[in-house]
Amino acid sequence: MTRSPTLSRRALLRVTAIAGTGFMIGCEDPSVVDDNTNSASDTNTNIDTAPLTFNHFINISTDDTVTVVVKHLDKGQGVTTGLPAIVAEELGARWDQMRWQYSPADSTRYNNLFWGPVQGTGGSSSIANSWKQLRTAGAAAREMIINAAAKEWGVPATEITVSNGKAQHSSGKTASIGELAIAASQITPPTEPKLKLARDFKLIGVNASGKLPRMDSKEKSTGTAQYTIDVKRPNMLSAVMAHPPLFGATVKHVDDTKALQIEGVEHVLTTPRGVAVVAKHHWAALKGREALTIEWDDSAAEKRSSDELTAYLQKVVSEPMTAVREEGDIKKAFNESSKTIEMTFDFPYLAHATMEPMNCVLQLKNGECHIWTGSQVPTLDVGTVAAITGIPPENVHLHVQFAGGSFGRRAVPDSDYVAETAMIAKALGKTNPIKLQWTREDDMLGGRYRPMAHHQFQASLDNKGNLTGWHQRATAQSILRGTPFEAMISGAVDDSLTEGGKQLPYSVPNITVEAAEAEIGVPVLWWRSVGHTFNAYSTEVFLDEIAHASQQDPVELRKKLLTKHPKHKKVLELAADKSNWGSALPSNTARGIALHESFNTVVAQVAEVTLNGDGSYRVNKITCAVDCGIAVTPDVVKAQLEGGIGYGLSATMGEAITLKEGRVEQNNFHTYQPLRINQMPEIDVHIVESNEAPTGVGEPGTPPAGPAVANALRALTGKAITQLPIGPSVTT
Amino acid sequence: MIHFMLNGEPVSTDVPEDTPLLWVIRDYFNLKGSKFGCGMGLCGACSMQLDGVSTRTCILPVSAVEGRHVTTIEGLGTADNLHPLQKAWVKHSVPQCGYCQSGQLISASALLAQNPNPTEDDIANAMSGNLCRCGTYPRIKDAILDTAAGGVAQWEPPGSDNAPSADSVSDGVAQEKSVAGGEA
Repeated sequence: MTRSPTLSRRALLRVTAIAGTGFMIGCEDPSVVDDNTNSASDTNTNIDTAPLTFNHFINISTDDTVTVVVKHLDKGQGVTTGLPAIVAEELGARWDQMRWQYSPADSTRYNNLFWGPVQGTGGSSSIANSWKQLRTAGAAAREMIINAAAKEWGVPATEITVSNGKAQHSSGKTASIGELAIAASQITPPTEPKLKLARDFKLIGVNASGKLPRMDSKEKSTGTAQYTIDVKRPNMLSAVMAHPPLFGATVKHVDDTKALQIEGVEHVLTTPRGVAVVAKHHWAALKGREALTIEWDDSAAEKRSSDELTAYLQKVVSEPMTAVREEGDIKKAFNESSKTIEMTFDFPYLAHATMEPMNCVLQLKNGECHIWTGSQVPTLDVGTVAAITGIPPENVHLHVQFAGGSFGRRAVPDSDYVAETAMIAKALGKTNPIKLQWTREDDMLGGRYRPMAHHQFQASLDNKGNLTGWHQRATAQSILRGTPFEAMISGAVDDSLTEGGKQLPYSVPNITVEAAEAEIGVPVLWWRSVGHTFNAYSTEVFLDEIAHASQQDPVELRKKLLTKHPKHKKVLELAADKSNWGSALPSNTARGIALHESFNTVVAQVAEVTLNGDGSYRVNKITCAVDCGIAVTPDVVKAQLEGGIGYGLSATMGEAITLKEGRVEQNNFHTYQPLRINQMPEIDVHIVESNEAPTGVGEPGTPPAGPAVANALRALTGKAITQLPIGPSVTT
Repeated sequence: MIHFMLNGEPVSTDVPEDTPLLWVIRDYFNLKGSKFGCGMGLCGACSMQLDGVSTRTCILPVSAVEGRHVTTIEGLGTADNLHPLQKAWVKHSVPQCGYCQSGQLISASALLAQNPNPTEDDIANAMSGNLCRCGTYPRIKDAILDTAAGGVAQWEPPGSDNAPSADSVSDGVAQEKSVAGGEA
């Protein structure tokens, strides 16, 4: 299906926000829309017909529908509901008249305002960076509708309001926003539209009168939502790639004789990333790949095993590092301490393991390129493909598809599988669209993991048991180093190594946090909450060790140390309160708490865990409190916290990518085992009421889940868990 | 030539016999609701009902369905005529990325057909073959229990005529969005 068939026949009111400077409105002659429709008429570039100076977010049509242009990728987090909700609120629209469509790739009009001139989804920033932009766009449209009605009715604009999709005058006169769309489009746009007061919000926030349901539930419950794997184009060919078995290896020699004899196999192509088999259907391509004989050059490949890498990381931590936070005098604190506590942590590589393995459809034709994929950073992927194919970026068109999960995986600095598809299409030299579909094995063996990490901690206590010194030393591979984003590294060390550790919210008079980057030839990537994953775990588990060593209740100790962070304290207390912290439990059951801020959102979780006699354990319940500013769509916020917790538990309890002589040992869900429904605890999410600007919720649920469980197990066994994953049982 | 019933209709195919049913349904019959997830029968994204039993079709050669009844998500219900479980999925906003949900619904409907009043443990057992990386498990469980209890039989999507309309909340069913590809 394509753009809305009715769109071109409607007069459109365009409310366009020029980033940070003002607003412009354009009324488009419908014929112009049709005339300018891109040659790929079944793509979403049709909305991209106005002059480039416009930023387009809202289309109001005479049939009373309001279409919000969504600049972010939906990978499950619900932006196709949340972003329209912001517009609906300011505009005064009814929820049932709201629609949405993806924007084209455009770094000027659809950029992430937190990132600069890049269109991208990540860092839990979609709602946060769009909040003011879409409120202002919605408010501008509302004012124009009011002014149009005022003109038509001959009454003062101040006597008109817009709600429920209608302009209403105090005399009782009403007109729908669709009825007023054409007249409104003639109105000079306001330069500073007045935003609603939070107390007047009707659709958004925890006290909103209605629970806004997700817009995409029905298509995702009937199998009709379209993902990249579902894209089918005329004359499309299927491709699979034989990747090197070691990271850093390259193709030396290929024998494709047998592969080319397989029915349906059409081409075998050697590319910089491996050997591609192009066939009529995916199954034929797979059979062709199995029939290939490839000799690899692994002279420059990473050949170490996980135990060697762990030893290497420990060595890095034993050597001089760069201080990223220094307060007080850590040496003095330890010299004067009456007790010191030490602990080290080892974290494995983790795969994103999205349910939809990576894939991309790409066509080179007539000097243009069309890409269909679930992309977190469309303008980056466009740039990469332009560089590979030699086609100017303005002629590379990316059509965003729903992503079957991502968690960071579909935001790759070198564009990974998108680049791979472009290489195949270029090597093929034909106009057939190419669908590259990775298998689960390709996906799991494909690198781009959450980095391994090693952390070392020391704390000092004075003779009254007060925490006087905190020293963290961390190493992991940098995610940014050596990529086009390297310039984002502001200091000597990639911030992801210590993010969430460096910002430790607890008041300790002497704090030192140090880090050094490790160098390993395994490609790494941001993985839901990035460096917060290991820093939340190590800091919160270490803090519980301090609580036990100083015989303090973990909640009381945290409260005592949060004197400078009332928001954190409130969230901690809410989670503790809702979990009945301190109330009696059976002797084999305990609670553990963890608190962590990531992406400007503070989350506290209490895990209730039962330990069995054989060392196996069950996480019964997670009680979660979150302060994410105003919860635009509270049910979606809850769903993100539920899912984030599940993702964190999954990794903490059972996931690890390990290497043996450079080869990844896990290749599918029998060896890499995510959480299943029978392991999922009950989850109870509580949102702190707030009128502050919204902050992220996609990632912040993940970091505290692991340490909350580990701290509950610590309470049961007396032993901290310092190596992940925990596995199915613990030593009692 | 292999003959079988697909969503109640007799069909036949002459694709190579070892082709997994999943790829036959997706690539030849163009029903795209069933997804590829692992190719080893481990994740459940490809689940279809084979004579009423939830079956992993990424490892099932098409030759194995000769003469049998295959039901895919497309045969469960449609946007205009949702299966009660699909209504419950919408009511509870179950899907996040949505990729695994066809398989989840196939397994859930097979469960309720066999066991109309499952316990939470029954649900955990029956659904443990279906992975979801978005962590929608609590809502899957709630939606199945709600369906079993008859909670969706009378349920109307918010925003329909008889639903409360404080600024008319709706399920946003008839969205317009530009998706490329499909059966172009």
